[in-house]
Amino acid sequence: MTTTTTAVNFSGVSFTYDRSAVLEDVTFSVMAGEFFGLIGPNAAGKSTLLKLLLGLLEPQRGQVQVLGQTPRIARQHIGYVPQFPTFSRNFPINVLDMVLLGRLGVGGTAGAFSAEDRAQAGKALRAVEIEALTNTPIRELSGGQLQRALIARALVCEPELLILDEPTANIDVRAEEDIFALLRGYSAHMTIIVVSHDIGFISGYVDRVGCLNRTLVCHATGEITGRTIEELYGAPVRRIMHTH
Amino acid sequence: MTDFIHALSDFRFMQYALAACLLASIGCGTIGAYVVIKRIGFVAGGIAHTVLAGLGIAYYLGAAPIHGAIIAALLAAVLIGWIKLRWRQEEDVLIAATWSVGMAVGILFIARTPGYAVDLTSYLFGNILLVSGTDLVLMAVMDVLIICAILLFHRQFLATAFDEEFARLRGVNVEFFYIFLLCIVALTVVLMIQIVGLILVMALLVLPAAAAAQFVTSVTRMMLLGVALSVLVTSLGLGVSFATDLPTGATMVVAAGMLYAAALTARRILRPM
Repeated sequence: MTTTTTAVNFSGVSFTYDRSAVLEDVTFSVMAGEFFGLIGPNAAGKSTLLKLLLGLLEPQRGQVQVLGQTPRIARQHIGYVPQFPTFSRNFPINVLDMVLLGRLGVGGTAGAFSAEDRAQAGKALRAVEIEALTNTPIRELSGGQLQRALIARALVCEPELLILDEPTANIDVRAEEDIFALLRGYSAHMTIIVVSHDIGFISGYVDRVGCLNRTLVCHATGEITGRTIEELYGAPVRRIMHTH
Repeated sequence: MTDFIHALSDFRFMQYALAACLLASIGCGTIGAYVVIKRIGFVAGGIAHTVLAGLGIAYYLGAAPIHGAIIAALLAAVLIGWIKLRWRQEEDVLIAATWSVGMAVGILFIARTPGYAVDLTSYLFGNILLVSGTDLVLMAVMDVLIICAILLFHRQFLATAFDEEFARLRGVNVEFFYIFLLCIVALTVVLMIQIVGLILVMALLVLPAAAAAQFVTSVTRMMLLGVALSVLVTSLGLGVSFATDLPTGATMVVAAGMLYAAALTARRILRPM
């Protein structure tokens, strides 16, 4: 992979499902090594933008470049954590075997996983602090443990770009803080894009925030104000301070 | 039981029948695991019933029935796989159409075949006692092909069955491996037609693997246990049908059904929901 200072570049990208415009003239860049947050209300086009980024959809107008290449070519170097697991929790697979699937596309096509694959899987499990769960079936994991296992599956291919779609949507606040602290540590080594509904929470971790509602506007985290959020969500926002 | 053991030592056809049980178990135990985890039992049923078209056409042309069965099974696998990938909305209707039209074509060709009347019952319900030495060699070759495919591409089959979207993102050609898996299922179906017949092939392909799934946490172990359970139910079915003079294929499937019910019950007791 060639060295590049721009990890992701969207240039005038528009996308329409049937006749309903989801993204309109979206232009933004994410720099290599940046920790970028993407927020927006429901149906703002966040999932569509991620699918374009992963090469699962093609833009109808404009251009998407990831790591200096088309998304389809670059996705071998992308780690991806979905919002909702698209697999059955009763599937007969343990944590190690699930994480190893993240090594597909690295090395040869045929045959079993190599010793190097297994070493990388062990490293990823240690990194997300669930090494003790290596042989645990996925049906026995808690929401937070499964989320860590999915992050390990995304990390095991040693990605240059890590994309997480609402990584803390199904877990409690404590686990949420732990996972973002973990990601903050990783952001020193790779580019991270995280989609979240919780602007107040992620602004404490990310370098920059992209506010998406069909069009996209980027802000440095210090620039996010109540007015910015009101404009994005199209409704008044109240700030509630509380202590325990 | 003693009579069954004596018959095994005295009669070659019984030895062939037991060998066929073992060879078919390797196929249904391993591929059955993929059928269960990928939830393609209905697709396998569609392929199984379309095989009759190949058998009928082979009879009509005077070719070996097994060759017609292999060609029909592979064509059905590609057609049904393509239908599922392209017309997901109408998948069940189209598979049911392929299923019924395939059977009908087979019956029409058999009806028009000159000479002796073909006993369709042996293909619908199987007759393991008629398995020949050549059949056993063919079954062994198919088992070897199936095992080679699994050794080479288990990772891709597993990824496609577990999480299709993630597999696609990791560069796995999900469509190719889905159709490839259906082709292997098709070969396994042909392998088992002689043992339990078209009607019952789906049950033997699914039930031992589904029973194994109740007790294991990896697909590889599911395959190994599925093979062992398949050997158990086919051998048991052979022994019971010999002792009671009942149809062998149907007895095997009843044994497989009882095993599955027992496995579900045991799992509920061991791990209450």
